[in-house]
Amino acid sequence: MLRLLPGFLVIVALFGGNARAASDLSAAEIARLSNMVRQDCGSCHGLTLKGGLGRPLTADQLAGMDREAVKDIILFGIDETPMPGWLGLLSEPEADWIAGALKTGTIQ
Amino acid sequence: MIRAGVSLVALVFLCVAAFATELRGTGDLGVVVERASGSVLIVDTSAHKRLTRVEGLGDISHASVVFSRDERYAFVFGRDGGLTKVDLLVARIVKRVVQAGNSIGGAISDDGELIAVSNYEPGGVRVFDAQSLDLVADIPAIHGDTNSGGSALSKVIGLVDVPGRRFVFTLWDAGETWIADFSGGDEPVLTKIGNVGTNPYDALVTANGRHYIAGLFGEDGLSHIDLWRAEPKAERILAGYGRGETRLPVYKMPHLEGWAEADGALFLPAIGRHELLVVDAKTFKEIGRIVVHGQPVFAIARPDGRQIWVNFALPHNDTVQVIDVPTRQIVQTLKPGPAVLHMEFAPRGHEVWLSVRDDNRLAVYDTMTFERVAEIAAQKPSGIFFTARAHRTGL
Repeated sequence: MLRLLPGFLVIVALFGGNARAASDLSAAEIARLSNMVRQDCGSCHGLTLKGGLGRPLTADQLAGMDREAVKDIILFGIDETPMPGWLGLLSEPEADWIAGALKTGTIQ
Repeated sequence: MIRAGVSLVALVFLCVAAFATELRGTGDLGVVVERASGSVLIVDTSAHKRLTRVEGLGDISHASVVFSRDERYAFVFGRDGGLTKVDLLVARIVKRVVQAGNSIGGAISDDGELIAVSNYEPGGVRVFDAQSLDLVADIPAIHGDTNSGGSALSKVIGLVDVPGRRFVFTLWDAGETWIADFSGGDEPVLTKIGNVGTNPYDALVTANGRHYIAGLFGEDGLSHIDLWRAEPKAERILAGYGRGETRLPVYKMPHLEGWAEADGALFLPAIGRHELLVVDAKTFKEIGRIVVHGQPVFAIARPDGRQIWVNFALPHNDTVQVIDVPTRQIVQTLKPGPAVLHMEFAPRGHEVWLSVRDDNRLAVYDTMTFERVAEIAAQKPSGIFFTARAHRTGL
């Protein structure tokens, strides 16, 4: 449903009324996100995140990108590539947590 | 004389150690990939039991398996480039080589002598002796203008075996399909077919080894090659099946499997759509569509071709649907559990095994009654492979 709205509305709807931050995620949520990154992102990026059809997502490979940019790619994807936007499945704080955990190599 | 006596004792000892108390065949055995722990389960599909776990196979996320002709050995292709030969009878790794940095699958030649592995890094195919796992041939997937130094290696997908000691595979980055013909020995003769399309993501070959079909991520259509032609060439089929509509985000790439054919038609996952495409298996024209629950990942025909079983990408991956082939109607929707990754039929299709990854179990269903007949614990199971695959082309 969100997907059908113009981009700015999505951002307002998603971020405007959402006061949660990545640091508010519970241990159970973090475990679920870690499982998702390893198992589902891992279908393209590898269970160990060393790459596959998609590029590696190890901390050293992401060193040149800031956390915000990584989060945006997770939420909105990269045009003309198989990387989809995960906006329909992940919230902004969840994507932000994943971006941070990838950059620090701390996915469980 | 004494030497012969010692050998006999050794042989008897080995047999006892290997088979414990009874002899058995391997025709009802299978291998289940436990993707997160680098292990495989050896399962008995008649008894619905796991027999044992074999560990030490490395990173086997996205692993696949082929079997030796005698159905005794499983060859496991790991993500980390590992190629592992497992003896199913003694439940032991016989040999393991790490042959590349990043791999996606493999195949075994029709005579059972050659194992081919498709690699992302370094992009290409490496071929090994099935007995020793010694390297037989290295086929780098070089593409681009090699004269001007602009060449690069492509990731390789869609590797299958076809009759005549040949392998067929496709270059993701180059849109080329190559045939590697080993009929003359260990030096392959390569045939390169261009114009396959943009970003072919997976491919299948029909069970007779004739029709090779690649799915295209970068184009609205698929690519078909008739390998029986004297000069095979790639032709687009189902061009524009997405009707120019914006497709949904693709959270998981579909897989194309050799047993998509049933009752004169192929049932193929549409990319970015909640549909299966039904394609005439002779004319390769679209003859129908079936709206399904989510984006299909696997669409697999029961061995008799009466049913097609479909699983789905996130966020619909808790569901499996069954299509009745003659009526093309969905006759069953099952909710086996969170993250159903793979389905494998018993050799003649009376049962199907499903891996329910996020519930750490396998579920076995009767394909006539749709009743669940067994559940078996497994750690993050993904691919399920039964030994009957040994006698099928192109899996």
